[in-house]
Amino acid sequence: MSGVPMEHGLVLASILFALGIAGLICRRNMVFVLMSLEIMLNAAALAFIVGGTAWGQPEGQAMFLLVITLAAAEASVGLALLIQLHHRYKTLDVDAANRMHG
Amino acid sequence: MTLLWLILIPFIGGLLCWQGERFGEQAPRWIALGTMLMVLAITLGLWFYGDYHLPSLDPQGEAVRWTMEWQVAWIPRFGISIHLALDGLSLVLIALTGFLGILAVLCSWHEIVHRVGFFHLNLLWILGGVVGVFLAIDLFLFFFFWEMMLVPMYFLIALWGHSGSKGRTRIRAATKFFIYTQASGLLMLVSILGLVFANLAHTGEYSFDYATLMQTPLSDGLAMWLMLGFFIAFAVKLPVVPLHGWLPDAHAQAPTAGSVDLAGILLKTAAYGMLRFALPLFPEASQAFAPVAMGLGLLGIYYGALLACGQQDLKRLIAYTSISHMGFVLIGIYAGTELALQGVVMLMVAHAFSAAGLFIVSGQLYERLHTRDMREMGGLWGRLGSLPGFSLFFVAASLGMPGTANFLGEMMILFGAFPLVPWVVVLASGGLLLAAIYSLLLMQRVHFGPPQGKEHFADLDRREYLMMLTLTGLVLLFGLYPQPLLDTTGAAMLEVQQLFEGVAPLSSLAKGNQ
Amino acid sequence: MSLLPLTFLLPLAGTLVLALSRGRLGPRSSAVVGVVSVGLAALVTAWIGWHFVDSGVGGVDMTLWTWLSVGDFRPTIGLRLDGLSLTMIGIITGVGFLIHLFAAWYMQGEAGVTRFFAFMNLFVFSMLLLVLGDNMLLLFLGWEGVGLCSYLLIGYYYWTEANGWAAFKAFIVTRLGDVFLAIGLFLMFRELGTLNIAEILQRAPEVWAEGAWQAQLAALLILGGALGKSAQLPLHTWLADAMAGPTPVSALIHAATMVTAGVYLIARLHGVFELAPGVLYLVGLIGAVTLLLAGFAALAQTDIKRVLAYSTMSQIGYMFLALGVGAYDAAIFHLMMHGFFKALLFLSAGAVIVSCHHEQDMRRLGGLWRRLPLAYAGFVVGGAALAALPLVTAGFYSKDEILWEALAAGHGGLMLAGLIGAFLTSLYTLRLIIGTFHGEMKSDNARHAEPGRGLVHGLPLVVLAVLSTFLGAWIHPPLEAVLPTSPGAGVHGAGHTVLGIVAAATSLVGLGLGAWLFLTRWRWLSERVSTGWAARLWWLWHNAWGFDIAYDRLLVRPYRGLVRLLESDLIDRLLLLAAWLAWGLHRGLSLTQSGKMRYYAATMAAGVTLVLLVLVVSG
Repeated sequence: MSGVPMEHGLVLASILFALGIAGLICRRNMVFVLMSLEIMLNAAALAFIVGGTAWGQPEGQAMFLLVITLAAAEASVGLALLIQLHHRYKTLDVDAANRMHG
Repeated sequence: MTLLWLILIPFIGGLLCWQGERFGEQAPRWIALGTMLMVLAITLGLWFYGDYHLPSLDPQGEAVRWTMEWQVAWIPRFGISIHLALDGLSLVLIALTGFLGILAVLCSWHEIVHRVGFFHLNLLWILGGVVGVFLAIDLFLFFFFWEMMLVPMYFLIALWGHSGSKGRTRIRAATKFFIYTQASGLLMLVSILGLVFANLAHTGEYSFDYATLMQTPLSDGLAMWLMLGFFIAFAVKLPVVPLHGWLPDAHAQAPTAGSVDLAGILLKTAAYGMLRFALPLFPEASQAFAPVAMGLGLLGIYYGALLACGQQDLKRLIAYTSISHMGFVLIGIYAGTELALQGVVMLMVAHAFSAAGLFIVSGQLYERLHTRDMREMGGLWGRLGSLPGFSLFFVAASLGMPGTANFLGEMMILFGAFPLVPWVVVLASGGLLLAAIYSLLLMQRVHFGPPQGKEHFADLDRREYLMMLTLTGLVLLFGLYPQPLLDTTGAAMLEVQQLFEGVAPLSSLAKGNQ
Repeated sequence: MSLLPLTFLLPLAGTLVLALSRGRLGPRSSAVVGVVSVGLAALVTAWIGWHFVDSGVGGVDMTLWTWLSVGDFRPTIGLRLDGLSLTMIGIITGVGFLIHLFAAWYMQGEAGVTRFFAFMNLFVFSMLLLVLGDNMLLLFLGWEGVGLCSYLLIGYYYWTEANGWAAFKAFIVTRLGDVFLAIGLFLMFRELGTLNIAEILQRAPEVWAEGAWQAQLAALLILGGALGKSAQLPLHTWLADAMAGPTPVSALIHAATMVTAGVYLIARLHGVFELAPGVLYLVGLIGAVTLLLAGFAALAQTDIKRVLAYSTMSQIGYMFLALGVGAYDAAIFHLMMHGFFKALLFLSAGAVIVSCHHEQDMRRLGGLWRRLPLAYAGFVVGGAALAALPLVTAGFYSKDEILWEALAAGHGGLMLAGLIGAFLTSLYTLRLIIGTFHGEMKSDNARHAEPGRGLVHGLPLVVLAVLSTFLGAWIHPPLEAVLPTSPGAGVHGAGHTVLGIVAAATSLVGLGLGAWLFLTRWRWLSERVSTGWAARLWWLWHNAWGFDIAYDRLLVRPYRGLVRLLESDLIDRLLLLAAWLAWGLHRGLSLTQSGKMRYYAATMAAGVTLVLLVLVVSG
């Protein structure tokens, strides 16, 4: 296979994942939260690809397809929530929707 | 089969009351009244026709322990059966349940106006559960009924109770009641299971049967722990002082019928449990524990009485007096002489009547004055018709006036315990003085003093007058001629006494009289 | 004899009729029911007494039914009629009837006449059971029953708060004595195995040696009960306050009958006391101290009923003194005479009080002798008997006997106390009569006094007045068969005569001094006692030596403090800590549920990282 070592791919995936989680924690705007989620999903998907490539197995790519589907579903639900949030609170700040606090 | 019907009738009656509400508000009341009358009638019939000088020997020389017995398998795999049995003690207490059930229905006739059917469902299910407790001699079944009577009681307090001052809502009182009794019931369950497993280790069979478990050999340490499990469960219900917290709240917030049942019967299930289970199952451990129990009894007498002296809420005052009286019961049970045990039965019956009387009086006062706060009363003697006279009578009964059954109960306990534990009795006698103080404080605050108004309140109507007169008559009857009652429970108490003192009782031997 | 239960069943029937009438009986018919039931009981008693004395038997037992029977514990509802109980039921129904009759006049126009007579009849019923009961438990029934009736009647005018508290105090203080009595019963039952009085008297000498600690203790405990009921030191504080009740109640309960129950009890159980000579001497000593202290206290009262109350304590002190020297019959004889003349004094006081529109303070009465001749006559005759005016009054004979018995038993000190007490008695009696009936009228109530009229008012006064003279002393209670002979019986030496003369002289000197002081020096006296050490002494006497204040500090306040301390149910609070703990944890944990997703995500990430770290490090 190509000369990109597995470690490099995994490090890239980890960095992407860390970026995603940082975005998720720090951003309050729901659009960015959703984007961060997508990044995290893609980081995981990248890890699958890297792994599949490294061991020459097809499951990695199969999982990637699954993750894309999942991401699409997640995005649709997330966007629906976003519209609802905007509709009810006139804002995109997720912290506004904290009515389920204890 | 009769025994099963005694339990089933209240349950079926309860369901009928619930559905009977469709036919108007009065229907559930009459159905409930009829149901309890039926229970009482059956019990009195049993009393009349049964032989309560058991355990005795039948012609073949076999010991007969129970006057009536009924058994059918329930969960055979674990040796659990529906095993009911009747002797003098349970009969007296069931008769008491039937009678106070009638009173409870009667005294809520005008008090309860919301969800009448459901109210009577709960009321009758409590009573059914109590009858079950008094009849069950399978320990699992006993536990089942023991827990079962809590739930309707919870609803009774939570749904139809009065809310007191701040922080003393009826929901809180109901919850407190439920948690106390539920937690202590758990301890009892652990003890029952411990006993069953000890028996399993010994005989290789599961059994929850009373007679079988009584034969289980136990090491001293284990017996003490198991006994404590039972004792704590009963101590919460009696109540014994450090565990009494639920009682004043529950009483104060419960509707009149609830208080009558609570003071009149539910507290008695605890004393019954001690007499039927804690002592006979673990005689040596109980004997060793007796000094502590009597100490707790003394504490209860004084603590309850002193707190009663400081209450402003009429029903809380009466509730604390119950704690004080139950201290005498505890001393009597653990003194364990025949006279003291008979005194315990006497005091239980007497306290059921007098406490019920006082709670009904306070309920009637509440209906007229719409308050239970004694600071807002005073000088009511001339303004209430014959109600003050009856309060006076029940107050006199609760302070142990001779001629009332309460006097005999207390005196029999003290006379019976004195040869064994003179100092405990001397100290307990001090409780008689405190009883006079709190009882007369009640009179002074409610009926004496300058009247706080001119208008007269409604006199007792015929229903109320009849209730009070019947209670008065019974207190006096048992105070002056208690022998029929004592004869009925005599044999059962003798059995407990012999077990307690380590003499092999008649029922375990098929030989001559001990 | 089979009519014996009727004596107490008739008053009981009266009570039941009145109690269950629910206001359908008017005041007149209530009074009729109340008076007639006791009157019939008195007739039955007279009939029984006549037959009993006639038949000459020592005693009659009658068991109605076995109260209860458990093992050895078999008290009965049983009656015992003998000389002692006959004397007592004679006083109770006889004097009781006269007082009921007078009460019918006294209570005219008062609210709640039905209630009054129901309680009075109940009292007579309980008192009769007390003296007729053949076992200690039935006696205890009567004993507590009279206590309850006393409570109810003291608090009869319930709308005045103080009356309720006075009744409360009376009941609680006597109940304290009753607790001792109850413990005494436990002890006697354990030691002797019976509660029947005859059997106790029979078995006590068999089981206990003279001076055995059990006998001493039993006697001491019984004495405790007697002290409470008979208002003797140190349980005497309730009696003066008990005067809050209507005056016929004071006459019947707090003079003639109930307060003498302690004397009856000790006389009844004389066999136990004989085995405890030390306690018996204590009885006499307490009697002597009480009669002196109460005598001084009576000197300084201004309320005429309180004077009479302290005088009652003092006279019962004489009875205890007699019991203490073993002269039980002298005690019972004085009990009877005291019943006559003290009832007379109280009824006369009642006549004054009603006539003067419920004014009973000497400082606002005075000069009434012209307006209220009958009450005045009652006071003079009763007062003379109280002060033991020689030869013509009943009190002289009974008191003289007590003093002589004390001397004959060798208790010179007690006799001396009795003599000093007689002197005090003369003084306060004259002060009472002169303060009420002589001098000038000191208020409008006195000036507008309306004398009572009618047979119902007059008859009881006249009959009791006759009984208070030497005619009453002719009544000879048939006590020989019941009580042991007293030390001075049958000895009629010169000593008795000399003592009689000394006692008579004491009484006369007291009366003379009193007449001089109070008739001519009243004003000087009142000025004298309002300054300096005399004022302090006067205050002490007026407050009956400060017992009430001391008890308040020593007992009532600690009790109140304890109640206040426990009021909020400390133990319950302690157990509620568990609930608070659960609540606190709940609050703490629910804080983390902020509803902010970012925090959730952050903690989740941190958690995952932590787990991974642990896996890496440990792996």
